[in-house]
Amino acid sequence: MARNFGFAPIKGRVIDFDRNDKRVFEYVLEREPSFALCIGCGGCAATCSAANFTEFSLRKLNILIRRGENDEVRKIVDRCMLCGKCTLVCPRGVNTRNVVFLTREAFEEFDNYAI
Amino acid sequence: MPFNPFVIPFNIGLYFIILYVVARGVVWFRDLPRTDKLRMQRGFFGRPFILSIKEIFMEGLIHRKIFKVNPVLGYMHMSLAFGWFLLILLGTIEADIFGEKHLNPPYKAIFFRFFNPDHGTAGLAKHYGFLMDLILALILSGLLIAIIKRFWSGIVGMKRTANLKFLDKVALTSLWLIFPSRLLAESFTCGAYGSGSFLTGSLGTALAGFLPAEIMAYPFWWLYSLSLGTFFILLPRTRYMHIPSEMFLIFMRNSGVRIGDQYGSCADVQIHACSSCGICLNVCQLSTSADITNIQAAYFVKGLKREDDVFDIALNCLMCGRCDEACPVGIELGPLRMIHRRAGDPPKDTMSIWSGYLRLRNQNIQDNGESHITAFQYLKPQPVKKGPEVLYFAGCMTHLTPGIPIAMRKIFEAAGIDFDFMDKDGSVCCGRPLTLAGKDREARELIRNNSDAIWRSGAKTLVTSCPICYKIFMESYHLDVEVLHHSQYINRLIEEEKLKLNFLNKSVIYHDPCELGRGSGIYSEPRRVLIHISRLGKSNHEKEDALCCGGSLANLKIDRRKITDIVSDVVEELTLSNPDYLATACPLCKKTFGKADIKAGSEIKDIAEIVAMAIVSEPPEAIELKKRTKLEKVSL
Amino acid sequence: MHNKEKHIVIIGGGTAGCVAAGRLAREGYRISLIEKDKKPGGKINNWYQLFPDRRRSVEVTDYINKEIDHPLIDLMTGTELDKVKYKNGKFSISTGKSDLGQADAVLIATGFDLFDATRKEEYGYGIYDNVITSLDLENMFHSGDILTTKEEIPKRVGIVHCVGSRDEKVGNFHCSKVCCVTAVKQAIEIKEHIPDSEVFCFYMDMRMFGPYYEELYRESQEKWVVNYIRGKVSEVSENIEGRLVIKAEDTLLGKPIRMEVDMLVLMVGMQNAKAGLNLQDKFGIQTGVNGFFRIRDNHYGNNLSNVDGLFYAGTCTAPMNITDTISHARAAAVEITEYLSKN
Ligand code: SF4
Ligand code: SF4
Ligand code: SF4
Ligand code: SF4
Ligand code: SF4
Repeated sequence: MARNFGFAPIKGRVIDFDRNDKRVFEYVLEREPSFALCIGCGGCAATCSAANFTEFSLRKLNILIRRGENDEVRKIVDRCMLCGKCTLVCPRGVNTRNVVFLTREAFEEFDNYAI
Repeated sequence: MPFNPFVIPFNIGLYFIILYVVARGVVWFRDLPRTDKLRMQRGFFGRPFILSIKEIFMEGLIHRKIFKVNPVLGYMHMSLAFGWFLLILLGTIEADIFGEKHLNPPYKAIFFRFFNPDHGTAGLAKHYGFLMDLILALILSGLLIAIIKRFWSGIVGMKRTANLKFLDKVALTSLWLIFPSRLLAESFTCGAYGSGSFLTGSLGTALAGFLPAEIMAYPFWWLYSLSLGTFFILLPRTRYMHIPSEMFLIFMRNSGVRIGDQYGSCADVQIHACSSCGICLNVCQLSTSADITNIQAAYFVKGLKREDDVFDIALNCLMCGRCDEACPVGIELGPLRMIHRRAGDPPKDTMSIWSGYLRLRNQNIQDNGESHITAFQYLKPQPVKKGPEVLYFAGCMTHLTPGIPIAMRKIFEAAGIDFDFMDKDGSVCCGRPLTLAGKDREARELIRNNSDAIWRSGAKTLVTSCPICYKIFMESYHLDVEVLHHSQYINRLIEEEKLKLNFLNKSVIYHDPCELGRGSGIYSEPRRVLIHISRLGKSNHEKEDALCCGGSLANLKIDRRKITDIVSDVVEELTLSNPDYLATACPLCKKTFGKADIKAGSEIKDIAEIVAMAIVSEPPEAIELKKRTKLEKVSL
Repeated sequence: MHNKEKHIVIIGGGTAGCVAAGRLAREGYRISLIEKDKKPGGKINNWYQLFPDRRRSVEVTDYINKEIDHPLIDLMTGTELDKVKYKNGKFSISTGKSDLGQADAVLIATGFDLFDATRKEEYGYGIYDNVITSLDLENMFHSGDILTTKEEIPKRVGIVHCVGSRDEKVGNFHCSKVCCVTAVKQAIEIKEHIPDSEVFCFYMDMRMFGPYYEELYRESQEKWVVNYIRGKVSEVSENIEGRLVIKAEDTLLGKPIRMEVDMLVLMVGMQNAKAGLNLQDKFGIQTGVNGFFRIRDNHYGNNLSNVDGLFYAGTCTAPMNITDTISHARAAAVEITEYLSKN
């Protein structure tokens, strides 16, 4: 599993929750407890600077991370400009920027030290 | 008596520390980039050298800046440093004048009374002895405060004192022993010979009354020498290394050497120059309002010295610059944090100061080179309107405070300026938030995209409402257009009489945003604007001493609820005088202030909004500017 | 001692205060009812129709006014409490105007304040002309005209839920409970007034907690074709034609949505009233994390404070609808009666 991390074949239409790799989720949650507070309201995605120019929803990203859909996360996580607008909007006080920051960090960490 | 074995520990220590400091200085110098080497060479033969001597005297010995913050703490540092310096200097002179010959080895001066026990009973020597006792008393009084401070830190006003590691404790003990053992050694000797002045003389006489003074003196001379020797030998591995490092730093700074953006010699000197005075702990709002007490500059620097992993500490900081401003040593704390934000989470061995920093530097370059992040290909060239006089960039945050861009539009229109609202449909972020997160390379992509749009517009002036954007426009964009923050721009419109404003009879307190004030040094323009149209009062935190609203983008780690704690304190503090408006000049400050429920009933306004309210709608002839304050008269 | 010799001071002459006053007066206690406004009734006076049955609010106001029409009730309008002394379970209370003498029990019924919508600057209240609050809309219903500032009939109206509630950004973590159903009610009323308009509610969760609320929600869809979009509005701007542009994410589709509306109604939430919070130090009472007064027990002590002889009724303890407020006030009357008969 770890060996294929992030490079697993494109998954089907179903979220294979039991087999998905939840390490990114755990990595982020451990370091940013507010991540657990997201209720998926979409406020962050609506205000997002990056979403003005490309398909990017931080709300979706949050849920993808929770479900372990890491391939999709990897594809879009770099689009965030870390501008911080979303943190000013989130009604739950999720430290959204840090979620993105930690997700990238998690990928770097697991890419480098997997195998 | 020419020599005695007890001076050996002292001699070993002394010659060791002299050699060590010289060697360390040479290494530091050698590791500097070529340009900085040249700066220092030039500095050595010029003004910087003289300035440095003066500064070393004022800061390293007298500790003027600490005095300003806290007189008791200042006295403590001054009495120890300056007192010790005088003791050595006057001791050397004493040995030279009153000793059997001139040009003595250092130990003769330090242990003068041992070698000349019956000296100083009459005449000039007696007065000189009085002086030496006075200095010793000065040092001992400082030492007493230091000891009290260690156990009851409240006494000198510091809320927290930086914790010590083992070697520091040993060094501290030997430092504390130096002067009491000198006092006792001298007193016993004086007691035996009936010499000495008000301190050593009286104490000696008293002690000699019931103790065999001559026999008792010798062990204390040993103790004195041993504690000196131990202190010197330990010095390189303890915080007392700050003494020589600070001198080096002062000279470096005066020669124009700055820390730069990679870990290197200058950063190394700076972290060693920290005296753990703890002044930075008390100015940090994370500690005073939010109960985050492990990330302050003193701890950060200590972590660096210990070669700990400081990445999280580096990120958990508002970068408000309050500690930079307060640090009496003048360590570039913000840039130092930035270096470690950029470096990321490094493997431990590369953190070693002795073996590591060059390697770390090289590795950074490599890492950045092959980073997997190629972020923003989706950004296309932005559509621009050609040739407006002024290009207005609101900034990401300003879209959440629509009052500001609306006010700016009114102002532009009232002044008849041909402007274009560059990011009215959403901004490409200026890149500063990425920079602050240590992601320079990604930030450059955004910088390129925005720069391109700015160039293509052909505008002569770029005005932004966001100090965060302003700072990066000034520092990293290399634009050939003039960049102004809106407070500067409005001030100019007023001075050029393009904008006619009424006087609003409202009381205002102005809050300096971190990035605009300490970050960019813009203090006077916003004040000029406000004085022109309102009754501008003063809070307890003006200019360099401004508070941070707490919402800073620079802190990636802070719990959002802690921001509410900080901003509630700030708003309470700034509205003590119940002003009509609490003015700021930053959308992020404004948005953050909105988190606090304001009891005083003051409204939060951006300076642009207050100006927009003051715009005169009648034709210019009908304007009567009431109570227009003479700008020159007001101290800014 | 006969009940008549016992004196109760009730602070706040809104729904809760008045209902409790009536009950206690009928028990034979002497009541001083202090109200800071010119007339009793409180916030309900502002409302035009009430959910879920959309009866006119004056019907409830009439009920309230009847409740306090009792010789033992001394109603003091335009009055605020000034000084309080507490000794051996008795309160000595004075207002700015007079001394009320000793009180054997005090009931705090200071109610709520509506959230100040200017604090959510991104919604543009006070900046854009046609951004209004739910209260402003009620006033329009009173006047009978729903018009934009240009005196035009709005073709499309947006409604934003949870303004100042459930929002860490303004320090209010609680749900105000009644604004979802208020939104549904107002959406229907708009459609009633302007049948060819479109109404869009932007919600995070639809909370239909009371009896017949869900039915009202169904009616709004079935009969009035009100649209519900699940997504928090993050920004509002004004375009050149002066229409409002809303930015949200249509979270059920996972796509950002932009929409122009002629009028935007903000469902402002409830906060503990400032007037109530001013009493905090005078009585030595506490607030909970939600900023409302802390009750002694969440289940069976929800009229009791931490001070003996001091009771709460109504929305000063938590957001409530009118039905619950009235029940809470009656319960307070029972608690007070029991307390006074024991002492
Ligand atoms: S920080 Fe990233 S996710 Fe948040 S608003 Fe900015 S670009 Fe969007
Ligand atoms: S704004 Fe906050 S709660 Fe809403 S979807 Fe984004 S992260 Fe989740
Ligand atoms: S960083 Fe500066 S202020 Fe802080 S402890 Fe060190 S010398 Fe003192
Ligand atoms: S920059 Fe500000 S937040 Fe950071 S340590 Fe210094 S005083 Fe504290
Ligand atoms: S009742 Fe509805 S609109 Fe009101 S706060 Fe709760 S969820 Fe939000």
